[in-house]
Amino acid sequence: MLIRVRVNDEWREADAWEGSSLLSFLRDGLQLPGSKNACEQGECGSCSVWLDEELVCSCLVLAAQAHEREVRTVEGLAEGDRLHPVQEAFVEAGAVQCGFCTPGLVVAVTDLLERDPSPDELTVREALSGNLCRCTGYQKIMDAVRSAAERRRAGAW
Amino acid sequence: MSTRLDQRTRDGVGESVRRVDGIPKVKGTFAYGSDLWHDQMLWGATVRSPHPHARIRAIHLAEAVASAGVHAVLTHEDVPGKKTYGLEFSDQPVLAWDRVLYAGQPVAVVAAETPELARRAAARVRVEYEELDPVLDMERALDPDAPRLHEWGNTLRHLQIEHGDPDAEAEIWVEGYYETAMQDQAALGPEAGLAIPGEDGGVDLIVTTQWLHVDRQQIAPVLNLPQDRVRITLAGVGGAFGSREDLHMQIHACMLAMHTGRPVKMSYGRDESFLAHVHRHPSRVWLRTGATRDGRLVAVRGRIVIDGGAFASSSPAVIGNATTFLAGPYDVPNAFLEGTAVYTNNPPCGAMRGFGAPQVCFAHEANMDRLARELHLDPVELRRRNALEPGSVLPTGQVVRGSAPVREVLERCRDLPMPPEPEPAPMRDPMTLPGGAGNVGHGEGLRRGVGFALGYKNIAYSEGFDDFHQARVSLFAGPDGPVAEIHTAGVECGQGFSTIVTQIAREELGVRDVVLHEADTGVDSAGSTSASRQTFMGGGAVQMASRAVAEEIFARAIARLGPEGQLGLADGEVLADGVPVVELSDLLDEPVVATRTFHHRPTTGLDERGQGDPHVMFAFGAQRAVVEVDQQLGLVRVVQLGSVLDVGRAINPQGVEGQSEGGSAQGLGLAVMEEIRMKDGRIANASFTDYLIPTMLDMPPVVTELVEDPEPDVPYGAKGIGEISTIVSTAAIVAAIRDATGRELNRAPVQPDDIVGLRQPAASRGWPPVPDVPGPRPVPEYHGADLGQSDLKPKG
Repeated sequence: MLIRVRVNDEWREADAWEGSSLLSFLRDGLQLPGSKNACEQGECGSCSVWLDEELVCSCLVLAAQAHEREVRTVEGLAEGDRLHPVQEAFVEAGAVQCGFCTPGLVVAVTDLLERDPSPDELTVREALSGNLCRCTGYQKIMDAVRSAAERRRAGAW
Repeated sequence: MSTRLDQRTRDGVGESVRRVDGIPKVKGTFAYGSDLWHDQMLWGATVRSPHPHARIRAIHLAEAVASAGVHAVLTHEDVPGKKTYGLEFSDQPVLAWDRVLYAGQPVAVVAAETPELARRAAARVRVEYEELDPVLDMERALDPDAPRLHEWGNTLRHLQIEHGDPDAEAEIWVEGYYETAMQDQAALGPEAGLAIPGEDGGVDLIVTTQWLHVDRQQIAPVLNLPQDRVRITLAGVGGAFGSREDLHMQIHACMLAMHTGRPVKMSYGRDESFLAHVHRHPSRVWLRTGATRDGRLVAVRGRIVIDGGAFASSSPAVIGNATTFLAGPYDVPNAFLEGTAVYTNNPPCGAMRGFGAPQVCFAHEANMDRLARELHLDPVELRRRNALEPGSVLPTGQVVRGSAPVREVLERCRDLPMPPEPEPAPMRDPMTLPGGAGNVGHGEGLRRGVGFALGYKNIAYSEGFDDFHQARVSLFAGPDGPVAEIHTAGVECGQGFSTIVTQIAREELGVRDVVLHEADTGVDSAGSTSASRQTFMGGGAVQMASRAVAEEIFARAIARLGPEGQLGLADGEVLADGVPVVELSDLLDEPVVATRTFHHRPTTGLDERGQGDPHVMFAFGAQRAVVEVDQQLGLVRVVQLGSVLDVGRAINPQGVEGQSEGGSAQGLGLAVMEEIRMKDGRIANASFTDYLIPTMLDMPPVVTELVEDPEPDVPYGAKGIGEISTIVSTAAIVAAIRDATGRELNRAPVQPDDIVGLRQPAASRGWPPVPDVPGPRPVPEYHGADLGQSDLKPKG
């Protein structure tokens, strides 16, 4: 079936198998592999994207559900060479190791800080507890979130 | 060496330089194995055995072949060359024939137009099995009446280490029995790769791995190709932790690509990933520790058995490590230590971060705590009195050389600031209570506990293995100044290898612009990115090659200008006695290229009495865990981990902290949550819904301090740092739970039932029988089994 989605401000369309998840459609249909496929059952958050501005695990959304809707992915955050402040914070804090969880975390942190620019530590931990990271032990991710929150409060985005 | 830097180039050794791959990773443009794409590619899928032990009566392919979009359905009959492979011994069928030895073993592979069509076709391969009696328990494997899984029996390796008087008596003995579970590496990036048939009849493979050349060594004979026609390039690796050491989809994708003439991609889902990589060995340890009344260790007697599962993988090396470390990082004058790795019909186990050391650390540290209790001594003080130091003799007879700041590690860990006392439970946010997010408790019956563990780990491969690393460094003139390029087959799996080597080239060559060639088989082997070895080995190779480049630059400078004095390089200039004399770019009409191979000092195997000089060097680490336990619900919250690590020298302090923190998270997982559960020989929890790894709510702050006591005669004095925190954190956390609850807790992970007393401590059936083996080497070796990585030799 032909699926048409507005992805990162651009209308795109491609054929998809009826059972295809939005994640597979983005990765294989639209060649946007930034959203990652670590568990494909909504446990790890690596595939986090916005569907009509709502944070979702794209592995749990059918591609067909996104038809004629707006999707924002990790690929839409940087403007050319200019990183999004959350991306900058991740690089500076050393919050990236293998990086497989990173796109999902960058999206989830951006979503959190867009809603709440001053989250306390427990709020952050709870908000991000659906994003698994196997490399970092999360400490430098917490550092990145603190730094990104400061940037958010300073009006960086 | 005439390179002495009077002036340093920024972002060199010792600085927390940003990762070279950080920007593509945050942007989502870094290409992992599962992101690979080729317009003409087919998708592969694997048919796996549902049975742990069965005879294959027949394989029916007709329905699968007729399935829509299918281009190939292959079985063992289609293997072009040798039909087996394996990391240490070639005992693992590429595709099963005759018998399957574990549930999940590959039997057939399929290539089709889309992933869905491939999976559908795979489901239509019909295999007739006759189920056989499986060996599912590691001690049963030692029973002479148990089914024999390989022609050489079920014992993969048994070794014993005799030190001093093995029958020595002591004033006081403590004895313990310990079990650890099968743990999964759970790297987030799945096993994946793309095989592209070459015009020369060879194949190009882009794949997630930890060691390109040992992959190639196993792949080429199976494909019946010379080594140089199997060209391997590293795909982005989404974590490894040992799980990428063994082959996964490599051979299958190459076979399908060569058979169909089309590129073939294979990318495992999470459930298949659990079946397709090796795990951390479940272990059973029997340990007696004897001491004087004033707290000096006199003797240790120990036995460890590990379950290697169906195939050898790296189990012989893992049991070698585990047995040599069984007495702990202590000066023990007398010891008798035995280790056995067995084959069973469980999934193969092999490398995982720590490689045999976490299992024995869990045991020797619990015994040290028992001993401290018996002696009414502070547990840290008992460890301090017996800690290894330079010159100590290990049970293998190996003398601890170089840096061994064990007492400093212990003392600094003891002295780390404690976390603040908790607020009274009614005042607290329920999220901060054990079981927080579940909102299950209200803080009744909370008790804090503190636990401590000391451990150590060998750096690089042991027992006579020469895991060399080759690097090629080129220096050439770029449009904006001199550029250094590093070419090695060293694998970046996330731990920071790529960044470290650019720092080293920058330091040595005084060049800001350092780029990395992709890791491929266009240079010689880099050895594995494992065993905490790549900073040391890859760093050493890049340092050597960089220094050779610098020598050539100096020769050119002298030929051109004849400068006098001590020559150095910094900020794109050649210096003489610290004064710039010529721009590097002016000397680079021709690029300078140097290729060097770095070897660590030679080690030896172990003799019949377990004596030798098996390990290159050691890194030590200590952790203090503070936990809070809900005694009614059996739930645990780890409040703080204090981690003091002996690193020699930190090349990138931020990266080292990252290893400390991430390694601790994996140790925490084994302490309180992670366990592959087996049911009738099948993995019962092959998903992230059922196999839980620590989340951000499970992980406490990790306070890391580094002890920098440079290791002599190694590049920059840097030891490896990849494994030590994982080794000690499981032991420290379980010790803290024991402290909080007073329970024995001799099994990791600790479950709520253990804490509330619904499950009894793991019970031993007594020290198991000693298998009859021809000698201390792996048993398949005595039977002439083909070797895997052991015969890799540097070229030229």
